Amino acid sequence: MLSTVSAAEKTKIAVKDLNFYYGKFHALKGINLTIPENRVTAFIGPSGCGKSTLLRVFNRMFELYPEQRAEGQILLDGQNILTSKEDVALLRAKVGMVFQKPTPFPMSIYDNIAFGVKLFEKLNTTDMEERVEWALRKAALWTEVKDKLKQSGSSLSGGQQQRLCIARGIAIKPEVLLLDEPCSALDPISTAKVEELIVELKSDYTVLIVTHNMQQAARCSDYTAYMYLGDLVEFGQTEQMFFKPTRQETEDYITGRFG
Amino acid sequence: MSTTISAERLQRFNRRKRTNTIATTLAMAAMAFGLFWLGWILWETLRLGLGGLSVATFTQMTPPPNEAGGLLNAIYGSFVMVALATFVGTPVGVFAGIYLAEYETQGWLAVVTRFVNDILLSAPSIVAGLFIYSVVVSQFKSFSAAAGVLALALIVIPVVIRTTENMLLLVPAGLREAAYALGTPKWKVITLITMKAARAGVITGVLLAVARIAGETAPLLFTALSNQFWTSSLGEPMASLPVTIFKFAMSPYENWQQLAWAGVFLITLAVLALNILARVITREKH
Repeated sequence: MLSTVSAAEKTKIAVKDLNFYYGKFHALKGINLTIPENRVTAFIGPSGCGKSTLLRVFNRMFELYPEQRAEGQILLDGQNILTSKEDVALLRAKVGMVFQKPTPFPMSIYDNIAFGVKLFEKLNTTDMEERVEWALRKAALWTEVKDKLKQSGSSLSGGQQQRLCIARGIAIKPEVLLLDEPCSALDPISTAKVEELIVELKSDYTVLIVTHNMQQAARCSDYTAYMYLGDLVEFGQTEQMFFKPTRQETEDYITGRFG
Repeated sequence: MSTTISAERLQRFNRRKRTNTIATTLAMAAMAFGLFWLGWILWETLRLGLGGLSVATFTQMTPPPNEAGGLLNAIYGSFVMVALATFVGTPVGVFAGIYLAEYETQGWLAVVTRFVNDILLSAPSIVAGLFIYSVVVSQFKSFSAAAGVLALALIVIPVVIRTTENMLLLVPAGLREAAYALGTPKWKVITLITMKAARAGVITGVLLAVARIAGETAPLLFTALSNQFWTSSLGEPMASLPVTIFKFAMSPYENWQQLAWAGVFLITLAVLALNILARVITREKH
């Protein structure tokens, strides 16, 4: 595996010999990877290559399903999260996730954001209102919803719902944000807004994004990982991956000759 | 060439249209057949029930043969026993449903519970009555309203378990995952997210269970029995609408038969109202 992270970067997550199984199916094969802090890392590859699976290991989401199993090490700030005694809820507060499909909770727009915050912080009404506004502004949704915060979250359009979910994810101020194809259900304008947001977010967060959109990976990521059939084929700075990939497979995929 | 294809296509199209017409007609006929009987039943209930209805129905006790009276004690008894049975059965059913949908979905205990629940769900209601008769009534040597409540609760529980489980399973996995992804503890995911999303369906299930037991006669015959007079004690036999209807409708006395029709009308009305309420709640979006 060829990996080039410039020496100046500080490592946020280190993946060591990670193997993942869905029952008997071997979905991730010996992944080794270091993800730098305050950068956007994109995961690309054809469907079924394991990029979403990898993302779901970082917040131990796979543990909801008893037949799924991960072996190896995921070091978050040097701590192995797979064997850590730390409560999984605390890990998920540090490693937030936004899913492919928008999933507003059955409550008001305001409560959708406040819900996660209330789990870990005791804020008075003013502070909570400030936090909700802050999160909604960050997700480029504030101007559209500021007059209807009491309305149900599911009354919003698909694109707005997805930005609501992003706002919900950043409202709890995680250190790492996992985005699993966050724009696949969005129109081009919402997509542009979310991409702007991703670039902006990296000053505070380490962002990992799974995407099928090559241009999106090129536009908003600093590092790109190309995966195929459970293997990490190539990982490096996005510019280099797109202009001068080391591996033939990567070039074939990126240029659209394969995949 | 193209004309032969279009001729063949036209023929196929016409055949499809004929098949469609036949199928639609059959479906409509089946619906009309069902609606005809339902309409007749409702009409007879309305005609005979309204005739028997008067202010006295709601203010006087069940009378002896050939004397004036009402259904007050039976209405009260039905109300109290149905309400208490719902109150007892709903929490048990909801918690068991949550267990099956959120905790143990595949394990042997869940499989056994689901199987037993399916049996309970389809068991004749007289079985619930006889069971409570043998474990409660014969032990205490007395028919009682409390025994009636237990027998009705036994019918509520499997209905509520089934609807709660089904409604929770309808909640998209993505919603559950999104809640866990924020670091929400399991009990909060269930109480604040999934149960909230499934709430309308669960309430509907409870209302349908209420509608079902409101008209149950068999479980009460061996448990609460009936009572000619007013009682509010759960330790004594208590009158109920279905048992009173059963008793009065079979009697040769005309005033009893009239009261029986009034009772049928009241139950039908209540069940209809509950069903409409259930529909309205299901339609409402959170």
